[in-house]
Amino acid sequence: MTASAHTRADERAHIGLTQREGEGPDPDEAAPIIFGFWVFLMADLVLFAVLFSVYAAMVNGGQGTAPGPADLFDLKIPFVETLILLASSLACGKASLALKWRHDRGRLLAWMGLTFLLGAGFLVLELRDFIQLATEKNAPPQASGWLSSYWLLLGTHGLHVAAGMIWLAVIAAQVVLWGLVHEVKLRIMRFALFWHMLDIVWIAIITVVYLFGVQS
Amino acid sequence: MSLLGILGWSDIIFVKAWQNPSISEAIAAGAGGAAVLGALGAAVLVTWLGAWRTLWTGWLTSLDHKKIGIMYIVLALVMIARALIEAVLMRVQQAAAVGDPGFLSADHYNQLFTTHGTIMIFFMAMPFLTGVINYVMPLQIGSRDMSFPMMNAVSLWLTVGGAILMMASLIFGSFSTGGWSAYPPYTGASFSPGVGVDYWIWAVTLASVGSTLTGINIAVTIYKRRAPGMTLFHMPLFCWTALAVSILMIFAMSPLTVATAMLALDRYAEFKFFTNGDGGNMMIYANLFWLFGHPEVYILILPAFGVYSEVFTTFSGKTLYGYRSLVLATMCIAVLSFTVWLHHFFTMGQSAEINAAFGIATMLIGIPTGVKVYDWLLTMVRGRIVASTALIFSSVFLVTFVVGGVTGIILANPDVDYQVHNSLFLVAHFHNMLIPGLLFGMIAAVQVWFPKAFGFRLDERWGRISALLWTAGFYLAFMPLYAMGLGGAMRRMRSWADPDWWPWLLAAEIGAFLLLGGLATLLMQFWVSVRNRRALAVPGGDPWDGRTLEWGTSSPPPEYNFAVVPQVDSRDAFTAVKAAGRAYSAPETYEDIEMPKATMVPLAIGLLAAACGFGLTWHIWWLALLAFIGIWGAVILRSFQRETSRVIPAAEVARQHEAWLEMVRGLPQTPRRAGLTPANSGRAEQGEPA
Amino acid sequence: MTGPRNEEEHEELRRERRALTIGAVQALILTCAAFAIPATGLLTGLAALAGIALLGVLQIAVHFRWFLHLDLRRSHRHDLQLVLFTVLIVTLMVGGSIWILFDLHDRMM
Repeated sequence: MTASAHTRADERAHIGLTQREGEGPDPDEAAPIIFGFWVFLMADLVLFAVLFSVYAAMVNGGQGTAPGPADLFDLKIPFVETLILLASSLACGKASLALKWRHDRGRLLAWMGLTFLLGAGFLVLELRDFIQLATEKNAPPQASGWLSSYWLLLGTHGLHVAAGMIWLAVIAAQVVLWGLVHEVKLRIMRFALFWHMLDIVWIAIITVVYLFGVQS
Repeated sequence: MSLLGILGWSDIIFVKAWQNPSISEAIAAGAGGAAVLGALGAAVLVTWLGAWRTLWTGWLTSLDHKKIGIMYIVLALVMIARALIEAVLMRVQQAAAVGDPGFLSADHYNQLFTTHGTIMIFFMAMPFLTGVINYVMPLQIGSRDMSFPMMNAVSLWLTVGGAILMMASLIFGSFSTGGWSAYPPYTGASFSPGVGVDYWIWAVTLASVGSTLTGINIAVTIYKRRAPGMTLFHMPLFCWTALAVSILMIFAMSPLTVATAMLALDRYAEFKFFTNGDGGNMMIYANLFWLFGHPEVYILILPAFGVYSEVFTTFSGKTLYGYRSLVLATMCIAVLSFTVWLHHFFTMGQSAEINAAFGIATMLIGIPTGVKVYDWLLTMVRGRIVASTALIFSSVFLVTFVVGGVTGIILANPDVDYQVHNSLFLVAHFHNMLIPGLLFGMIAAVQVWFPKAFGFRLDERWGRISALLWTAGFYLAFMPLYAMGLGGAMRRMRSWADPDWWPWLLAAEIGAFLLLGGLATLLMQFWVSVRNRRALAVPGGDPWDGRTLEWGTSSPPPEYNFAVVPQVDSRDAFTAVKAAGRAYSAPETYEDIEMPKATMVPLAIGLLAAACGFGLTWHIWWLALLAFIGIWGAVILRSFQRETSRVIPAAEVARQHEAWLEMVRGLPQTPRRAGLTPANSGRAEQGEPA
Repeated sequence: MTGPRNEEEHEELRRERRALTIGAVQALILTCAAFAIPATGLLTGLAALAGIALLGVLQIAVHFRWFLHLDLRRSHRHDLQLVLFTVLIVTLMVGGSIWILFDLHDRMM
């Protein structure tokens, strides 16, 4: 990269560094933080990619004598879960807009609260589904290699959602405590990236796990 | 259910040795005793020196990348001592066990090759190279610190946490016998019911999480914290290799984390990933492990390539030959390293065309590597060579590494691999890559940058003795293994039936002792150098007529590295400054510098992580849970702390810097040929043609 | 408390609101379409799998574009390098693993 190309690249803000000119943290300090978080997200994405490849290998030959995808999956639950996550993403996007354009703590906190509640709703549904799988449908993770991989993939996503909610609660406390100071703003921006990225993983899950599962 | 989980009295190594006395158990107890005495000895030494406060405020809680780098290297040196002694023990056993069971029990022997491999990779090589990058890279790009100083310390202490688990396994219970790659189903609960594999899982998990975070930190630092004018193509080659390594760390550690997590779920919760039956499939493990494992090989080797590039250019007094081709080769190797993992399991049974594809990809890596070797050779041609210890190690590397590379090309052919798979030929090959291609590079790095870190050179005489021993030891220890491997000797054997192999085994045993001598003389070199530090002092900070930015600041550098962030216009930035006669000239203005405050949070996280791993290993659930909550509690509490940095006023920076400049200007200039003599003042002769 | 400060910022805010709405609507449509394939049985066999896969990839692209604001022309060069390199690595890892493990499975049968 030549010197001029280097400066050109740096003129643009990193994706997710949502702030108006002249406001918020100094871009020179904020850029490494946002970019660093992107790098972390990509490492996390590779982790999920690896889980998907395990899942694919297990669907093809790891089912043993336990029930398989076609016996177990009822698409209604994942469909509702998807809608909830989409709504949560929308709420998260609204929170980002509130952060950037209004500096209105109340409105920001309201959107953050909605994001949190929808995340919680998703987790409750998923948990109910898990319990039903393990008890009524005789499909605990110990039943077969495929079920192990299913639980691991879904569980890892669910843990990410739960971790995101704890993070969101911590940030909300800091919004209340300190107002929209720079470090809190940067945390909200990073949370938004994290939350949207989890959606992408979820889309891959409904495609590969549920929709492929009932189809084949 | 006891408060200490499944940990009982008879799990403690000393009690076990008391109950079933044998030579094997006595050796195990001796190792446990050495670990305890070593820790106690260190504590006594610190107390005797009255250094607890310095240790705590200046080191353990420090976020300074230089201190963190040095601590990584200290960890690596401690761990190499253990793993090298284990290697010697194994070779002694093997030489004694021709047609005889020898003196080590099978279980003990299997633990030895497992801990030897695990430590050498995760707790010697990784900390060593991470430490060198941590110390050198920010200085070379003209930065004051890494991008995320706190996370940097967390990475260090997580790695230390893993190392603590490795050391704990010497005293409590026993370690895995499944080799460093821990293939299931052998490492599953039904075949390895004890705690050994669990130690392996948690130690490796901590190390790999630490490495992922380090990778993120290095990459962002290189992308975002270069000095003005330090474009990517103005960076020293070592920084390029650091960038390549960071990319590999970011993308390659995830498969390992997934693999260890899956193995843990199999063992703790009876999941069916790698079991025999119920749809379990251990081939998934092999695939995941080497998805990580092959890029890992290049994580290990690339930083050494960077060090060698710096050594050849500095000690030849010439700019690096073929800089752009070296950069391109480094990046090609980084990407290609993601396309060859299957060559670690050619014999698993997949179709021939898959083996062929991965075999070809493997051979392709030979091309950029060959480019590098020629570039280094041509850098030395008609150079003004200074035969320092670092250059000796580097030259030995050049020759030896080519031998290893050629055997690698042989192994890349699936047909040949079928014949020598899992034989000593393979063991010889990867030691042939890693000892010259990693360890010699890291030792050379210590030789080069030690004067930067401590203000005095290392003793050259002991350095040369050490280089001789390492070299002779390497050839004697590993060349016989090539021959044996071709003759059909398998790896990981405790004893042998064929008496014809005894001479080879004896040679390998002597070689192993020479390698231990290499380490001992290296430590001796440190000791002698500390004793003679006045004669070896290089207060000017530029003992080698250095070419890159770090040589233009004081030795040791101030906490903030550079009083004024340098402006860079070309490669070999400091050589350019010296040629223009602008070295050691005072800047016009100084500014306040903001640096991170010391904090104990990373240390606490590392220790809690070790406690969590210990609790999980021994099924002490309350400990594991409390430690886990403690880790995240510490992270959350830290996020509520807002005053995390302090300001060093411009006047203070100016005072320190002006005093240093005054001192350097008073030093005599050292000609290149006097670089290895006591006449070296650390101020190189200026104005020589570049 | 302070909304947009000038006409330019008003325009920017409108654009960002619209992006969010477009993203949500497109994502919703694609989700419904994907779930409709097995629900209606309109496509079967390989065609159904291909359709589902295509819709999944499209929806991931939609999320990247409208929620994560990744834009091949306008985004920061480092971000693009990073994301594209990740796509390469993920393709190598997942593609290679599936190639190897499916082949092994076939040969075990």
